Amino acid sequence: MKLSGAKIVIESLIKEGVDIIFGYPGGTVLPIFDVLYDSPIKFILPRHEQGAVHAADGYARATGKVGVCIATSGPGATNLVTGIATAYMDSIPMVAITGQVSRSLIGNDAFQEADVTGITRPISKHNYLVKEVDELAGTIKDAFHIARTGRPGPVVIDIPKDVTVLEADYEYPKEANIRSYNPTYISHPGQIKKAAKAIKESKRPVIYAGGGVIISNASDELTEFAEKTNIPVTTTLLGLGAFPETHHLSLMMLGMHGTAYANHAIMESDLIIAVGSRFDDRVTGKLDEFAPHAKIIHIDIDPSSVSKNVHVDIPIVGDAKHALRSLNNIVKAPDTKEWLEQIAKWKKNSPLRYNRDTDSIKPQYVVEQIYEATKGNAIIVTEVGQNQMWAAQFYKYTKPRTFLSSGGLGTMGYGFPSAIGAQLGLPDKVVFDIAGDGSIQMNIQELATAVVNKLPVNIAILNNGYLGMVRQWQELFYEKRYSHTCLKGGCPDFVKLAEAYGAVGIRVDKKEDVRAAIDKAIATDNVVVLDFVVDEEENVFPMVPAGKAINKMIDGMA
Amino acid sequence: MKHIISVAVENKFGVLARVSGLFSARGFNIDSLAVGETEDPTISCMTIVVKGDDKILEQVKKQLNKLIDVISVKDFVNKEHIDRELLVFKIGVDKKTKPKALRTLKRFGANAIKASADTVMVEAVGDPSHILKMLEALKGFKVKEMVRTGRIAMAL
Repeated sequence: MKLSGAKIVIESLIKEGVDIIFGYPGGTVLPIFDVLYDSPIKFILPRHEQGAVHAADGYARATGKVGVCIATSGPGATNLVTGIATAYMDSIPMVAITGQVSRSLIGNDAFQEADVTGITRPISKHNYLVKEVDELAGTIKDAFHIARTGRPGPVVIDIPKDVTVLEADYEYPKEANIRSYNPTYISHPGQIKKAAKAIKESKRPVIYAGGGVIISNASDELTEFAEKTNIPVTTTLLGLGAFPETHHLSLMMLGMHGTAYANHAIMESDLIIAVGSRFDDRVTGKLDEFAPHAKIIHIDIDPSSVSKNVHVDIPIVGDAKHALRSLNNIVKAPDTKEWLEQIAKWKKNSPLRYNRDTDSIKPQYVVEQIYEATKGNAIIVTEVGQNQMWAAQFYKYTKPRTFLSSGGLGTMGYGFPSAIGAQLGLPDKVVFDIAGDGSIQMNIQELATAVVNKLPVNIAILNNGYLGMVRQWQELFYEKRYSHTCLKGGCPDFVKLAEAYGAVGIRVDKKEDVRAAIDKAIATDNVVVLDFVVDEEENVFPMVPAGKAINKMIDGMA
Repeated sequence: MKHIISVAVENKFGVLARVSGLFSARGFNIDSLAVGETEDPTISCMTIVVKGDDKILEQVKKQLNKLIDVISVKDFVNKEHIDRELLVFKIGVDKKTKPKALRTLKRFGANAIKASADTVMVEAVGDPSHILKMLEALKGFKVKEMVRTGRIAMAL
């Protein structure tokens, strides 16, 4: 059967099970959009290409499926770049299709031309420039395979316009065929045995779980492992939800803004069992002083993550789910009674806290109220900065894929479009974007997308009139010289702005109104922008100053 | 430490940029790079000579392996191997010095490919120490132009 390149693209996407595409039209993708016009795939038109790519990302994180976005050549494609880099840093499965100028024009500085494979090379798992129409179907097959297997990531397919117009015989390949790509899923049994032995012999073990546990759907196996061995669990930012934070073995998050007890536990431990985490600098603090007494077991599907930042004693390359299952089959519990008692003391002496005894609205209070109101069942999406850290600290995550945040790249403006993608993937869920007044303005135009698609996304702006996290650093480390971090001049009236888009806006400036506003937002079948006027000088604590060991925390309450 | 890294890759456009990008992103200068087809025309071999911190290079090798188009990565450091480089260069001569130049070249197994009254064009093959010794021996002559292929390596 002969089909045009554009038809091959859409037919192939259907074969891959794609039911939703986020994208923005333009000159070089006109033939593809013409096919989309009567295709069964749901299409979401954002108001900026960055909205499309983050929405595809949020959809992927919430559902576990591959997120798909499409943009035209040149500026359309470059507007995807931040979102592709965001997905790459956090290992999110995504396929980004970009139009390219016709083959005869490539390299000629043609209108809306950019070297997209060149630009995205270091920020994507792989990319393709499709030069022949008969290579299209195979390329799409391979792209999806690469995006969703091994350590997932974004794959870019750049398609010249004339390739989408030409015809070729179409038959979708049954299997991807990439001889040089064979991720290791099955971990080495010898390494598993070694790990089990080290675990049995340990006295002060800690499990340090990351986003890899969520990606490999290994939360149940992780919980079984922790319960079987009686070992406490701390998670990274992206690991939130991999282990229930309501569990007595949970230490919540570790690292720069982690709990004091998680950081103390890591620093005093004699065995760290890292699962799907990568010893990021926000987790380790000063590397030379990180966990000085600990042996390290590291389970990761990406060999290049192992022994990258810290020396690993027992590397286990493989899928987290498989490795944990194998461990669960043979592992014997060490005696952690004394250790858990020590941890209980730390928990008691230095819990997460803030001054609850104020008339003003504390941002932490807002997050806690969202937790109470949603009974922990919402999908929480965040922007980046203080809002992100308070959302991480004061909401208790109990299920995987319920906390979506740009961890690695730290992309402001990620949250709201990502929340749109998550809501489209999980229409029955309550979705909150916890935002700052700075971040929300980076993709505020997506209010139109949410309204037009009747998505009841809730935005909780913790409005402190500042780029709060930068202001916090300036306060603590730059003698309160608040260089260009105040947003108060020119801050829009978010209530009117919401209304202008056809959404609902609610301003909350009294503490006693917080909960009612949240309840109202949840009950409202429309986009709701909650503008919480919060204490502007509130800081995120505890905090490990950059370059310090993670037990050298500043705690604002001390 | 100097490493000779041999990377077998899919013979496709764009692969060289991916491979070299991993070095340039870390600010590593590649001393030499040789690329060519192997016994299998769908596979190319890139031989990269690079100086750098061992630990960082270990990471680079893992990331090379992670590239989708990379089939295998070998590092010849601390491994018995042979490596060779081809040089083509021109030296300035006159009637009096030409015989001496030709004798010196012969001693190093180098060939004079072409010659005019004042220039000899030479091809020479060898490992780094052989090439270094030859260039030392030719010090009295003016090297007018030189191109080098970069080293290639193999282990038994």
